[in-house]
Amino acid sequence: MITLKINGLEVSVEKGTTILEAARFLGFPIPTLCHMDGLTPYGACRLCVVEIGDGPRAKLVSSCTYPVEEGLKVRTASSRVLKARKMILELLLASCPQSKTIQDLASAHGIRQQRFKQEYDDCILCGLCVRVCQEQMMAKAIGFRNRGEKRSIGTPFDVKSDVCRLCGGCMYVCPACQLRCTYNEPEKAICGGCANLTPPCVQKEQFDDMMCYMSPCVACEIKKD
Amino acid sequence: MQRGAAVAKKVNIRKQDKVNSKDILKILEKHSDDRGGLIAILEDIQTKYGYLPEKALRIVGEKTNRSLVDIYSVATFYRFFSLKPKGEHLVCACLGTACHVRGAPRVVSELEQQLGIKAGQTTADNKFTLETVNCLGACALGPVVVIDGHYFSKVKRSKVKQLLDKAQEGFDKLDIGKDERIFPIDVSCPHCSRSFRDEIVVIDGYPSLKVNVAVDGKKGELRLSSLYGSFNISTEFEIPEGTIASFICPHCGSEIKSTSDCSDCGAPMIPMLVSGGGTVQICSRRGCKNHMLDLV
Repeated sequence: MITLKINGLEVSVEKGTTILEAARFLGFPIPTLCHMDGLTPYGACRLCVVEIGDGPRAKLVSSCTYPVEEGLKVRTASSRVLKARKMILELLLASCPQSKTIQDLASAHGIRQQRFKQEYDDCILCGLCVRVCQEQMMAKAIGFRNRGEKRSIGTPFDVKSDVCRLCGGCMYVCPACQLRCTYNEPEKAICGGCANLTPPCVQKEQFDDMMCYMSPCVACEIKKD
Repeated sequence: MQRGAAVAKKVNIRKQDKVNSKDILKILEKHSDDRGGLIAILEDIQTKYGYLPEKALRIVGEKTNRSLVDIYSVATFYRFFSLKPKGEHLVCACLGTACHVRGAPRVVSELEQQLGIKAGQTTADNKFTLETVNCLGACALGPVVVIDGHYFSKVKRSKVKQLLDKAQEGFDKLDIGKDERIFPIDVSCPHCSRSFRDEIVVIDGYPSLKVNVAVDGKKGELRLSSLYGSFNISTEFEIPEGTIASFICPHCGSEIKSTSDCSDCGAPMIPMLVSGGGTVQICSRRGCKNHMLDLV
């Protein structure tokens, strides 16, 4: 067991837990976008920043990737943390102004105005969809491509992937892209969650290990009737 | 602007070869012992085809149990790799800080104008590909332009056209007599040590080297230029490009053959003794210019 202080409260947690898990367990809320139970921590969105250490040596770290240490002093809602978090949200909002998830988070943090140019990227490169595809669906159909400002998520060569089972998991977890659905261009489709609906579950029979995130599946219910 | 600060090995860019799964397997076999050597594999494929063909990447994924996503993300991450076919000549202009302040942007814009393309593109006739790099490490010589592996230093706007014309002609055409990398050598048979020197026939202004060759059952004389670096020869009969000839000593009649194979094409190498000590080896395949000189 490791003893640390979160917001002044002395707690003991098991070795190997992250600050985020410990804080959430104790009831201190930390907002996240790229974190999901069951997926490896990635630390991409930086929304979960917390302040550790004291005085001049205090620093901001992403709590989802930081394992707890003996005697660590964590502040999850100091003014520095809130300021940084607000800034991060403003930038995320500028890249995805149409995302409901980010809009809600921004409004909860008191952001009423946008200072930055809106980009309409519909992607914050948080890698949630990539990790769901790889770790939960065992498919590895989508991944990161290119580098720097050209970095994007999609299938290799922008064609429909052979290993994609159209489970729709990537769309289900995405916090940014309400508009990612590309099934009207089947050649470019990266997941095709809607293909599960109309025509009902067309491709489902082809795969023995088909996993569908929709439970109950609307299309299957319609078929039964 | 002399002939390059360093003469690097010419980047062998072939025209869009058809992807042969055998060739890819050969490359994969070479790297089978090092785990995780994906970049090395991709480098070899790029050297062979000049770019990374989609089919090749799919084969690599299948054979090495890597998912295509991982290979594709590596291939698109590094700038060295290209997924589009490149032109016959690769023009690389340095835009690093030192070259930049010495006027590299002007050189690049001149290159763009002369070729009619933007940086990163290939001309419509597939002759030239123009690329920019962020530093070549030769900052004192800036602005640096590399064409087909040949480095050109202190390039000015006015020199660009000349450079491109020269590239089209090919840098491998050597100026015999002026180039200091070319010098005459006298060679002899490794079995009987008698010289191949033949005063009767003159090639490149020097006495030629006479050996007997056999190609597909046909036998005849072959005369090589005695200049190291010159590939001029004269033969009694036509030897088609790509065929492998066996070399026979005109004095003792024994076949000259090395145990080692050509590193470029795999044909046997032909060893000959150099007077003054050392050996020179040439590739036995017609058209292959691979050779090695070991002086003692």
